[in-house]
Amino acid sequence: MCTASRLLSDQTIAAIEELFPCYPTRQAVVLPALHIINQQLGHVPPQAVEELATLLGLAPAQIQDTLSFYGFFKQDKPQGKVRIWFCHSLSCAARGAEELLEHLCATLGIRPGQTTPDGMFTLEAAECLGLCDGAPAMLANDTVYTDLTREKLDQIVQSLRSTAS
Amino acid sequence: MTVYIAAIPARRRERCLLRASGEGIARRFRSAALSGLPTMPYQNVLLANVGKPNSHTLAAYLASGGYSTLRKVLKEKSPQEVVEIVRASNLRGRGGAGFPTGLKWSFLPDKHPGPIYFCVNADESEPGTFVNRVQMEHDPHQVLEGTIISCYATGASRAYIYIRYEYPLCWKRMQAAIDEARAAGYLGRNILGSGFSLEVYLHRGAGAYICGEETGLIESIEGRRAWPRIKPPFPAVEGLFRKPTVVNNVETVACVKHILERGVAWFKSIGTPADPNDPRDPGSYGPKLFGISGHVNRPGCYEAPLGISCRELIERFAGGVWKGRKLKAVVPGGLSTGVITAEEIDTPMDFSGPLRVGCLGLGTGCLIVLDETYSMVDFLYNSCRFFAHESCGQCTPCREGTHWALQMLRRIKAGRGRIKDLDLLLEIGDTIGILPGTTICGLADGAAWPIKTAIRKFRQEFEDYIKHTNVAGWMETQPVPALEQSAVAH
Repeated sequence: MCTASRLLSDQTIAAIEELFPCYPTRQAVVLPALHIINQQLGHVPPQAVEELATLLGLAPAQIQDTLSFYGFFKQDKPQGKVRIWFCHSLSCAARGAEELLEHLCATLGIRPGQTTPDGMFTLEAAECLGLCDGAPAMLANDTVYTDLTREKLDQIVQSLRSTAS
Repeated sequence: MTVYIAAIPARRRERCLLRASGEGIARRFRSAALSGLPTMPYQNVLLANVGKPNSHTLAAYLASGGYSTLRKVLKEKSPQEVVEIVRASNLRGRGGAGFPTGLKWSFLPDKHPGPIYFCVNADESEPGTFVNRVQMEHDPHQVLEGTIISCYATGASRAYIYIRYEYPLCWKRMQAAIDEARAAGYLGRNILGSGFSLEVYLHRGAGAYICGEETGLIESIEGRRAWPRIKPPFPAVEGLFRKPTVVNNVETVACVKHILERGVAWFKSIGTPADPNDPRDPGSYGPKLFGISGHVNRPGCYEAPLGISCRELIERFAGGVWKGRKLKAVVPGGLSTGVITAEEIDTPMDFSGPLRVGCLGLGTGCLIVLDETYSMVDFLYNSCRFFAHESCGQCTPCREGTHWALQMLRRIKAGRGRIKDLDLLLEIGDTIGILPGTTICGLADGAAWPIKTAIRKFRQEFEDYIKHTNVAGWMETQPVPALEQSAVAH
């Protein structure tokens, strides 16, 4: 594999190698390594799977097997700059999450599972985020938003759009 | 930002945890003080630090006596003595199954050459459940101290804390706590000069509920798809990396710390004693965190003795049903436990209370309250969607059963339901899971209980809904085509 076309940056590889002492097997590094790659690339394309396999001394199929189990990792194209998980499990749904999710879909012009054409937002209808005391709630990248209302949601989308662009 | 405060006057000898901010604090404070409810002689221990400034830092934890229990245990007690103390306390796992913790530890093989692994289950994903998040965000050192003591008792040299992906703040605070603890000598080689060494690592999940099942969690740490293992062998014999392993919940290890600090007599003075007529009942002792969400005035995480009634939790702690409405149903301990009706809310919230009203058990002790306006069809649709989404696909009865239950609920919700569907749903509910013996893990039981309890306890509502929305076809008994997925949103 020539360096010029390599997907994983030196920094990413170093971060993965740093995990080696934490686990007695290389297979166990797969999940945290996928998180690191996803952080760098916004998704985990098949080529990254192959490169990770080489790095860990595993077969690409072993990594693909793990990756495909966890709905979190996407392979086809990078996720939006802001990935929104909107909870619609019972505690949130009981307090109006389904209607708010529809509102958010309309605001962003996408359905759950899709990314806006400008690559800004990816929206996902999430099962319980563990924020039930602040229902309805959502997670946007690493930030938690609770006690959502239509107005609050509009403001959040606006401020996320301005800070992410 | 969410602010947690202790907002009940100290003279009432208790602290509730309220979610509030700004002027809301004063308002909620007043309403609680004026409510004139009877006092209860109970002092928070698990949540004692929550709400104090910088409660997540080592400095704050040390100021409240943190790590003194670890120091004492390492100096005065042998690992076997710690196991004996935990065993004598009858502490039962707080993650859902309620298995006695000391007994679980005692399954580890004697004089094993090692390594022995310890896993802390922080993959809290059960709908309605969020108490571990409160613990890790606001008091990570308490969780860590409990983990270190538990590792000392079990002889584990390495611990993994499995945190779900959706808890980024827990991740940051736990990692910071580990770093601080290591720098201060509470972790690493030769802890506090005792000769005991321990490394603790965080392992981040990737959005799969099944990772909360203990062998699913083990598979996930090993870097594989989180397919639960067939037991036996149990993890204590052959677990993580095929070595003896203990998996305990966050709240369980926090309880371990308090048992060692305050003693078995203290722990057993709280909760519901064992039933003298049932030699297999280990009782329900100790404090418990209850998360209350849904249609209540003050959703939040509260601490109370096991055995407190469901009514008291809702009315006294959570401020009653919102908007002055009547109660319809309560999920007693996370979605998988099923539902109880308004008539059953005097049920004691201990390990056997919810069982007596037909639920799966205490579960995680997190209540979801539903008011009179909420449709049980929506409830069951939401529940079936969750379990169909989270079934790992390994066992056919669960993979197909949860999927077909969802298909039927979709059809019912869209006005194409048949009375016969209710019987088909019950048939699924009665045949999938560990209890009927058709699956490897309990996820299917969790999917079955909401179906069974909702339909058996609210059958009239389901029938009325079906008859009203499908006037032409509700009595149909021949097979009907499944609905297109696009016919119903999400």
